[in-house]
Amino acid sequence: MHRIIKREELAPKIKLFVVEAPEIAAHARPGHFFVLRMHEHGERIPLTIADSDPGAGTITMVFQEVGKSTCELGTLEEGDSILDIVGPLGTPRDIRRLDTVVCVAGGVGVAPIYPEAKAFHELGTRVISLVGAQTKDMLIFKDRMETVSDEVHYSTDDGSFGYHGFVTGLLRDLLAGGLRPDEVVAIGPLPMMRATCKVTAEFGVKTIVSLNAIMVDGTGMCGSCRVTVDGKTMFSCVEGPAFDGHKVDFEELMARQTRFLAEEKLAMERYKAHAEGCKCRRK
Amino acid sequence: MPAKVDRHPMPKQDPRERIRNFNEVALGYPADVAVEEAKRCIGCPKRPCVAGCPVEVDIPSFVKLIAEGKFVEAARKIKEKNSLPAICGRVCPQETQCEERCTLGKKGKPVAIGALERFAADYERASSTRAASEPAPASGAAGRVAVVGSGPAGLTCAADLAKMGYSVVLFESLHSTGGVLRYGIPEFRLPKAIVDEEVEYVKSLGVEIRVNTLVGKTVSVDELFRDGFDAIFLGTGAGLPHFLGIPGENLNGVYSANEFLTRSNLMKAYLFPEYDTPIWVGRRVAVVGAGNVAMDAARTALRLGAEKVSIVYRRSRAEMPARLEEIENAEEEGVEFMLLTNPIRVLGDERGWVRGMECIRMELGEPDESGRRRPVPVPGSEFVIDIDTMISAVGTDPNPLLVRSVPGLKLGRHGNVIVNEETGETSVPGVFAGGDIVTGSATVIAAMGAGKIAARGIDKFIRAKRERSE
Repeated sequence: MHRIIKREELAPKIKLFVVEAPEIAAHARPGHFFVLRMHEHGERIPLTIADSDPGAGTITMVFQEVGKSTCELGTLEEGDSILDIVGPLGTPRDIRRLDTVVCVAGGVGVAPIYPEAKAFHELGTRVISLVGAQTKDMLIFKDRMETVSDEVHYSTDDGSFGYHGFVTGLLRDLLAGGLRPDEVVAIGPLPMMRATCKVTAEFGVKTIVSLNAIMVDGTGMCGSCRVTVDGKTMFSCVEGPAFDGHKVDFEELMARQTRFLAEEKLAMERYKAHAEGCKCRRK
Repeated sequence: MPAKVDRHPMPKQDPRERIRNFNEVALGYPADVAVEEAKRCIGCPKRPCVAGCPVEVDIPSFVKLIAEGKFVEAARKIKEKNSLPAICGRVCPQETQCEERCTLGKKGKPVAIGALERFAADYERASSTRAASEPAPASGAAGRVAVVGSGPAGLTCAADLAKMGYSVVLFESLHSTGGVLRYGIPEFRLPKAIVDEEVEYVKSLGVEIRVNTLVGKTVSVDELFRDGFDAIFLGTGAGLPHFLGIPGENLNGVYSANEFLTRSNLMKAYLFPEYDTPIWVGRRVAVVGAGNVAMDAARTALRLGAEKVSIVYRRSRAEMPARLEEIENAEEEGVEFMLLTNPIRVLGDERGWVRGMECIRMELGEPDESGRRRPVPVPGSEFVIDIDTMISAVGTDPNPLLVRSVPGLKLGRHGNVIVNEETGETSVPGVFAGGDIVTGSATVIAAMGAGKIAARGIDKFIRAKRERSE
C-alpha cells in the first residue's frame, strides 16, 4: 500500500499526489514511469514520475481526470492509499550537458517534462521552456518550470495568458528567429507532439518525444503499447517511452489510442450514473 | 479387483453451456470414481511412471492411498515432492510424462494419474484437516535466498528451499503471484482460487512474497546481494511475445495472445465493467498458432462472445503443439481449424481496424531441424478470410528485462540464460536460474522440475560457501 501524503489540485481536473514509494524513489531517473492500480477491480495505469525524493521515499504524480479510472483516482484524499505501484519502468532519458535544450510541454505534459528540464538545468544546459495549455486556469507547474529554466514562454489556446495559440507557434517563432537548440524535448497530447515534430523537422532539430501508449503490464510482456519507430515495432514500455519523434509513426499510434474508446465511454457513463457520482465533477 | 476396468473419463461441463461461462470445464472425479480409478493401478514393481515425472512424485504410493480411501494422506504424499499438486493435476501433460509410461498403457489406457492427483489435492484443500497438517515455517537459519518470479519455477524453488530451512523472499513484478498460472492460463482451465490456495501453501512454509517488485528495476541483483542474500534464483519466465512480422500487425483488433489473455485472466477483463480493464473481441476471430496458448486464446474469445473463432496454423494436425485434450476441448466448443494455412498480411480499414487477413495455403515438405515436416507455401493459393480480430499466439521469448541487467550473465541466442543443468548455476556466482527463462517457453511441470534442481544447487552452493568461511 502506498499512502498519499500530499494532494494538490493544480487546475480543474488536474491533480498532484505525493505518494510513499521508497524503492521507486531511490531508483527513479528522468523519463521513468510507474504503473499503479487503485484497488482490486482497478486497471493498471501508467504515469510518468513527475518528481521523486529519495530522502523522503516519495514520488510525485500528476494526472488529468479524463476517464473512469483517473476520475476515481482523483477522489482519493491525503492519507488514503493506492493498492499497487510498480516501477521505475521504461528506459530513462540519457541526459547529458548540452548547450541549449528547448522543452515543449502541452497540457498536463509539463509534469513529466519537469524532471527532464531539471536534470538538464542541473548539468548546466541552457533550458528554454515553452509551456502551453488550453486556458490560463489550466497552466500548471509554472513555478517549478521557472526554477529549472533559463527562459519560460507560455501559450494558451484562448489567449488568456501568454502567446495566443498553440505552443508549436511559440516554437516556430523561436526557430525562425535563428535559435538552433541541440535538442527539443516534447511531451503532451499526441497531436501536439506530432505538430512539434513537424516544426522541428523543417529546421532539422533533433526531437525527443515521450509516448503514452496504452499498456497493461508495463514490463514488456503484452505488446499493447507497440509503436512503429523508424519502420520497426517497438514496445514503448521497455524501449521507450522516449523516442526520436521524427521516426515515430504518429498516425498509427493515434489510431491505436482509440482501441478501447467504446469501453472507456461505457465505463465512464456507468461510473457517473453510480449513486456516489463522480466527485471530481461536482467540485 | 475386476480384471478389466476401463479408464474413468473426466466429467466435464457440456460444451454448449461452458462457452457461455468462465467456470472450470473439467469437473474432477467424485470420491467413488477416484477410488475405482486408483484401483486400476496394478502396482507394477518397476514404477515406470515415477521416472516420467519431472518432480519425482511417488505416484504408485499416492494412488494406492487413494484406492484405500486415504485421500488426505495421498495429497501429503504428493506434496513431499510437489508443492503445487492441484495445479499440476490440471495442467501437466501427463500423456507425455507419467501416463505415457504407465504399464497399463501398453495394452489399454493408462491410469488417470493427473485426474487422481487433482482429486487428492482438491480433497485436501476442501477438508478442514489441512491447517493441522501445515509444516512449521522455516527457521531461516540455513541462509537467505531471493527467488525472482512467482511462476511455477519460482514457487517450487522457494518452497523447496523453505523446507530445507532457508529464509526465502519471493519477488514478483506483477501485482499478483503465479506468473503464467495467473496471467496466461484461463480461469476455465485453472481457477485462480486454486492458484491462490497453492501460493498460500508456499507462504505457509515461511516464504515471504513481495509483489510489485521488478528485480532489475525496482531493486538490482547487486543490491540483493548487498542486502545479504546468499543466492538468487531467476525464474522470470518467457513472457516476451513474438509477432509474425507481417504487414498490418499493429492494426486495431490485433492482439498478442499475451495481451489478450493478460487482460482477461490477470485483469479479469472478462468481467468488464465490474472490473475496470477493457477487452474488445469482434465477430470473427483468427488465432494464429496451435499451441496450448492458442487454444486458450481461442476458447477465451468464444466465451467473450465471438461468433466464429478459427485457429490458423501453417502445419497439419499432427504437428499441432497443443495437448490433445485442449485441441479436443476447443473442437467441442466449436473452434474451427484452418490447417496448412499461413497468414501473409492483416488487412485494415481506413480507420485502422482489422477487416480481413490474407493467407496462403501450405503443403508439407522435407523435415526441418525440429523433425517436423517443413511447411512450404503453395504458389498462387492466396486467399482472404473475413475477420475483425487477430490474436497472434506464435510463441514467446525469455523476458529480457532482468537478465540483461545482470553484468556477466551468459545468455543464449534467444536471450535464454545458460545454466549448468545439474545445478541451475549460471555464469554469475550465486545466481541460479530455471524454467522458461532457461528453456524458452515450455511446460509448467518442466519449470517446476528446474526449480527443484536449482533449490538443491543453491543448498549445495550455500553450504560450500559457509564451510569455506568457517
